[in-house]
Formats: sequence, C-alpha cells, structure tokens
Amino acid sequence: MTPELVAGVFATEEEITAAADAARRGGLPIHDAYVPYPVHGLDRAMGLTPSALGKICFRFGMTGLTFALGFEYWCSLFDWPMNVGGKSFSASPALLPIAFELTVLFASLGTVATFFYIRGLKPGKTPAFARLGGLDDRFVLVLRAERGAAAGALEKFLRERGASKIETEAGT
Amino acid sequence: MSGHARLSELRRPLIDGNKTLRRVTDDVCAPIERGPNTSWYYGMAAALTALGTGAFLVADQIWTGIGTWGLNKTVGWSWDITNFVFWVGIGHAGTLISAILFLFRQRWRTSVNRSAEAMTIFAVMCAGTFPLIHMGRPWLAYWVFPYPNSMGPLWVNFRSPLLWDVFAISTYFTVSATFWYIGLLPDLAVVAERASGLRRKLFKLLSLGWDGSMRAWLHYEQLYLLLAGLATPLVVSVHTIVSFDFATSLVPGWHTTIFPPYFVCGAIFSGFAMVLTLMVVARQVMSFEDYITARHLDAMCKITLATSMIVGLAYGTELFSAWYGFNPYERFAFLNRMLGPYRGFYWVMIFCNVLVPQLLWFKRVRTTPAWILPISILINVGMWLERFTIITISLHRDYLPSSWIMYWPTYHEVGTFIGSLGLFFTCFLLFCRFLPMIAISEVKGVLSYARAPEGGAHDA
Repeated sequence: MTPELVAGVFATEEEITAAADAARRGGLPIHDAYVPYPVHGLDRAMGLTPSALGKICFRFGMTGLTFALGFEYWCSLFDWPMNVGGKSFSASPALLPIAFELTVLFASLGTVATFFYIRGLKPGKTPAFARLGGLDDRFVLVLRAERGAAAGALEKFLRERGASKIETEAGT
Repeated sequence: MSGHARLSELRRPLIDGNKTLRRVTDDVCAPIERGPNTSWYYGMAAALTALGTGAFLVADQIWTGIGTWGLNKTVGWSWDITNFVFWVGIGHAGTLISAILFLFRQRWRTSVNRSAEAMTIFAVMCAGTFPLIHMGRPWLAYWVFPYPNSMGPLWVNFRSPLLWDVFAISTYFTVSATFWYIGLLPDLAVVAERASGLRRKLFKLLSLGWDGSMRAWLHYEQLYLLLAGLATPLVVSVHTIVSFDFATSLVPGWHTTIFPPYFVCGAIFSGFAMVLTLMVVARQVMSFEDYITARHLDAMCKITLATSMIVGLAYGTELFSAWYGFNPYERFAFLNRMLGPYRGFYWVMIFCNVLVPQLLWFKRVRTTPAWILPISILINVGMWLERFTIITISLHRDYLPSSWIMYWPTYHEVGTFIGSLGLFFTCFLLFCRFLPMIAISEVKGVLSYARAPEGGAHDA
C-alpha cells in the first residue's frame, strides 16, 4: 500500500524551514517541499544530502577532453597526416583550443542531461502539488504518512506550525 | 543567506517597491499575458523590414556570388568579418552577467541576467551568419566539421585558428542556450501554471514538469553553479580564439600578443553597452523600473567604464609596442591607422570608446537613462569602428605599395549588416513578448535582501 501524502501550505520561508526542521527532529518522514525559489537552509532542515552533480560533471568533462585529444591526434597523426607549411603533425598546443571547447561542451550537456534524468524531468510530466501555489508564493511541505505516523497526526503537526491549508493525497 | 546577514546598514534592497512574492510573478508575467502594445508592433515592423531587406540581399549575393561585395585582391576580409567580430563581442555580456557575476556573488544580476543571456544568444546567431555567407558556398558549410566522409576521409585542419573558431562559437552558442534554458525552466513552469489554452500546453511541455521540489532545487543550484563555472572560462576562450584568427597571422597590426585580453575586454565593453541600450529602453516600455533600478544601471555603467579604460590602455599599448618594437612595417601600420586615408574611423573610435565613456565617472550620468542611452549607442558605434580599424586598415596598405587600395562596402554588404540588426531585434522583441524577461525565481530569492522580515527597506 502506498503511503498517503500530507501537504501543508506555509506563507514564509522561515515557517517552512522551522517546520521541516521539527519534522526531521521528530522523525516524521519528509516527502519533499515545493517552494518558489531555492530556500537556503531548508535543505539542511530537511536533512538532504548535497548534490553529487559536481563529480558527474567532472567525469563528463574528462570524457570530452579524452575524446577530443584522442580524435585530434588520431586524425592528424595516423589517419591522414596533413602537411601544413611543414609544421609538426602533433603540434600539441594547437590541439588544445578544440580540446578545451569539447571538454566544456561534454561537461555542460552531460550534467544537464544527468539532472533531467535523476529528477525525471521530461515533456509531459505533471508538476506535483502545483495547485497549492508552491511555484508562485507559497511554501508547501509534504510529509509521508508511514512508519506509524498517521495522516491525522501529521495534519495536526503541520497546523501547529502555522500551515494555513492542509491537503491529503494518495502517494505514488 | 540567513535572516541576520541580510540586515546590514550598508546594504540596500535589490528590488524596489516593497513587493510580495505574488506581485513579482504578476509583474513579470504581465507583459506576456496582456499582449503587446502599439510600440511593440512598431518595433517589430521596423525589425522585420530590416530583416527582410537583409534576407533579400543575402539571397541575392548567394545567388550571384560574393563578387557583389567590395572586397578586392588586397582587402580580403573587411565588412563581413567586422560584423562577425562585432556581434560575437556583443554576445559576451550575457554570459558575463549570468556566469562571472554569479560566481562573484553579485546578486543584482538577477534582474538583468535573463535578457542579457537572451541578447547573447541572438547576437551569436547574428555573428554566425557572417562567416557562413563569407564562405561563398554556404550550402557546403558542414565541411567545417570533422565528419566521416568519402574523401579519404579527409579531416579538417585542427591546427588552424579558423577551425578553433568554429568549435568555440558553436560550443559557446550551445552552452549559452543550455544555460539560458536551465535558468528559464522554473519560470516556464510559473507561466504555464497561470496560463490557459495553447500557451499553457506549450509552456507545460517546455517546463518538463518542473514543480519547485526542494530536492530538485538542490540539484538545480549545483547545476547552475557548475554551468556558471564552465561558462566563465568558455566566454574568455571564445573571444580569445576570435582574436587568434588575427594574432596568429603575420599581418602588421594583427600579429600582436596583446590581442586575446584586448579582444575579451572589448567584447565585454561592447556587450555591456548593448545591454544598457536594451535595458534602458525595456525597463521604460515594460514598466520594470522597480526591478531594473537606477542602482542596476549604475553598476553596469561602472563595469562599462572600467572596460572602457582597459580598452583605452590596450590602444595605447599597441601604439607603444609599434614604436618601441622598431619594426618599420608595424610602425607604418599604426601611422597609417592614425594618419592614413581611414584616419576618421580611428579618431571617431577613440572618441566613442575612450572619451565618451569618461562621462560615466559622474553618478548623475550613470543613473540617468537619458544620458546612458546615447553613451551606450556611441560605444557600440565605436566598437564597430574598432573592428573595422583593426581588420580593414591593417590590410589595405600591405607590404607591396603597388597593391595598395581602398575598400568601400557595396549596398549588399551594408544591407546584410542592417539585416543582422533586424534579426537581432526581431528575436529580442519576440523574447520580450513570449518569455518572462526577468528571472522570476531568482528575483524572489533576493527579494528579502536588505529588508526586515516584515517587509520594508531597512534603511527607509
């Protein structure tokens, strides 16, 4: 059975941060928060681990660099060495600008694609809880009714911390 | 940004008018939702006329061949490459504002970064058309890419600066467009949520189901930081590589080591001038004065002034090196620049790029749109002349006096430039009409900056 989701709507970032902090300390499972802008401190209050995109970006960058240098050397040394004014076929400094550009290209596009993939962002996806105003000016904290935390208790918890509106939804 | 850090006596709010979060959404979405006004239609008609003229002349010169241009045996690069460098330069301010100022934590950038980035993308599009047309056979443009072909395969020459340019410009365009789209993503969702009908469907599709989830924001902020970190060396590399097109040649006036930093600063200078031109007009027409405040204009003018002086220093350094280097060809090239038949171009350039920006020392000038607009336009004229000065004047009197010649553009070339202006403004006007011109989520993030929690400016 999928757990029920209980959403509480807050008016300010201070309120939602305090509520998320209290929920985490009280051991209530936090599903997610929907906020109009990245609220700094809310991530720590929710107990989220920092994003690992940096490492992924580095790996994509290295892939781009290796690919670019490998391809440039292979073309200009082995596949078809071209004599341009008697210059060295493996003029390494001259190969760097393109290697740099491709490093940046691979790193950027790879990281963006990874971000879309891990968040499941794709055309046709329905935004969760958008009706509660989390995109506009509300701060929505969503708790999961599981592990002995009943939906009713969560509702009470959110109300006590200043949630103006509570909505319950079957989890997915 | 904890609650305490914001409340410093020294800080002033970034956004005027005591706005609520809802008000920010309403204000920024208003121009999209209420539809265009008369001035937008007039602007669009002018831009489309220019674009149409340019498109017709480009079609004609592709059909006839580039013999329609004023180029000759001595001057092989002139008007078209001037325009290419001019537009690439303008395309530098957007990424500078969105990436470099982001890394430096200049939070005022949030009001202007969206439109500056849009401007970047459109300017790079304009820039790209010129080498394309210059190829003479643009339908073979894909030859610049190293694709497996049936001619060997014969690969491109990876040691050529012109090929570096291909990679630099195409990477820059791709990464800037990606960066812009990532920045737009949360705002597209906001617009979709408020819209109905076709616009809702379209924006829903484009916003990829963005819901403002904090888990997503966490990755999003990391992604934004990474893209900023990648775009910063990229933006510097692009104009560096453009300058290599010239610096790696043996033409006096081109062959100097100062070119990369000189070109990058010139690019930022011209880019900021263009951002100022557009912002001064847009904030008025679209009533965004509370978002793009006098303090924003002030900050951008200061960067313009600083880069103007770096560019001025570069002009001086070039002259000094020509004199001190004791190379007669180099000396001649610079004397010819200052005193030769094109001297007017040089001195107007000095006037526009070095003298006029000195007015920006005055705070009154830096915060008065009526002053900023003419100054920024003059700077762009000056920066166009700088590229013409470097490219054409260095070529037209080469080592062989018997081949000395003058170059003047034909109506095809002038028309093509007008067409590129048309393309730029058409794209920009469409952007103002259909997309949120100010980064809604970023502005919301800085709304409480230097304000007490209950609202109201701290120093008011």
